[in-house]
This record gives sequence, structure tokens and C-alpha cells, in this order.
Amino acid sequence: MKARVFVTLKPGVLDPQGKAIHHALEGLGFGGVRDVRAGKLIELDLADGTSDEEIAEMCRKLLANTVIENFRIERLQDA
Amino acid sequence: MKSAVLVFPGSNCDRDLAVAIEAVTGRAPAMVWHRESDLPKGTGLIAIPGGFSYGDYLRSGAMAARSPIMGAVAEAAGRGVPVLGVCNGFQVLTEAGLLPGALMRNAGLHFVCRPVGLKVENSQSIFTSAYQSGEEISVPVAHHDGNYQADAETLDRLEDEGRVAFRYTGEVNGSARGIAGILNAQGNVLGMMPHPERALEPAHGNTDGRRLFEGLLEAVA
Repeated sequence: MKARVFVTLKPGVLDPQGKAIHHALEGLGFGGVRDVRAGKLIELDLADGTSDEEIAEMCRKLLANTVIENFRIERLQDA
Repeated sequence: MKSAVLVFPGSNCDRDLAVAIEAVTGRAPAMVWHRESDLPKGTGLIAIPGGFSYGDYLRSGAMAARSPIMGAVAEAAGRGVPVLGVCNGFQVLTEAGLLPGALMRNAGLHFVCRPVGLKVENSQSIFTSAYQSGEEISVPVAHHDGNYQADAETLDRLEDEGRVAFRYTGEVNGSARGIAGILNAQGNVLGMMPHPERALEPAHGNTDGRRLFEGLLEAVA
């Protein structure tokens, strides 16, 4: 089974990389961009039956630094 | 004094740190590979070096902080053994939860590699005892992810408890309150982004970092 973990900065944490991307988009002529924040996508290929709680533990213990990051888990339906 | 320098895949300042420790203490440290589960018996100082452990993949220091050896480090730190984390070592200590806060990408997004001015905020700790309180020194930095951040409550606590060891005298990387190095509550764990081992001998052009190791030697020996 596959799961996707989205790791994003907590609201209020400064994101200079997002800002740099924002400026670059504006430089390309995209005027309607109000804000940009950049995060990470981690794709997990897991043994069938892996529980939500186990995936959440992976996030808390390693995949996200919970001091500054949030995580969201998405289970993918089998293709 | 028996000391140990941890080595992770991608550490590259481990030898410099070992050279510095040997030069000041007279005894070469044990180089301890991250997959070991124990530190050498009687280790009186643990040093976590700079570099790019695990290529800084996922987050700087994140995977190194979960290495087998870190269990022994946490146990020793809990017993009061001094732990010095430099640069990537500071990142490892925050990721391991041995120090609060996090080191993020430099605010200016550039890799900063130059000597910086530091103010010694607290000369009471075993790491800073050979400095004067308020003394300004120069130590080189070389990092991309040196921006120290923590919530306001944590920052206030660090300040109130005198746990800010070093503060940048100028703008370097966007660190909150200009924090360059901090201590744990017990005072035996120090994490700092600048490299004192690179300001040790006349050939470095600057010896301001030497007294950190001299203070440690006196405190531990």
C-alpha cells in the first residue's frame, strides 16, 4: 500500500525559500501570486496493513521536525 | 581526559575537531562511528563535529540524530557528561532533542563562510569559563542552515536562564535574538554554529576558539 506524507512549515515560521520562489514567479510575469510556502512530499511504499498510527509515528519520529513542521498523511487507493 | 568524537557518514570536520582536542588536552580522542551502540568506557567529553551527515538529506542532522550511538550520548548527557556540538553537531543536538529549537535555512539563503564576531554572553559554563563575560571574539562560520529558531517562550526561557552562550554581534543568518550557541538546562551540553576548532592556532590566523577547549579541559580534568 502506498501513502503520501506532506511535510509543511508551521504557520508563522518564516520561509525564505518560499519567498525566493515567490519573487522568481513574479519575475516571470505571474502577477497574481500572493504568497508561496514550500514543503516536502515523501512517498512511502508500505506493507499491507500498516496502520495510520504507525505512519503518524514515522512522521513524528523522523519525517517531520514537529518543532517547526506539520505533517499530513494521504493513503492512496490501490490503482 | 578521555574524549570521543562522533563520526557520521558525511561528517567532514571530525578530524579538525580531534586535532583541536588533542592539541589542547594532550590526548587524542576516540573516533566513534555512528553505528556503535556504546561510547568508550570513561568518556569524559563527547564532541559532535561539523559536516554534512547523511548529505543533510531530509533535514540537516535529522538522520544522524537517530543513529545508534545517540542513545549512548543521550544517556551520558543525562549523567552530566559534557557534550559539545559544532555546526552539524548543533543541528544533531536539536534534532535529538538534547537542545531546544531548530536550525533552519539561513535567512539570506546563501551559504555563509567567513569569520564572524561573537559575544560571550555567559562565561559561567564549563565551555566558556576561560572567556570573560561580554568578551567579543572572532570565530569562523561555514553553514547553509544556521538560522536558529524557537518559539518565543523557549527563547525567553533561554535568555532568562542564562543559556545563550554566544550571540552574533552582527547579522549572519537570521537567527532569533542573534543566537549562535546555547546550553541545555543542566549546562553540560553546548551547541554552537561557529567553528572554534578553526580558530585554534596561529596558522588559523586567529586563536579565539582555543579557550573554549582550555576551559573544558580545566572543568573536566
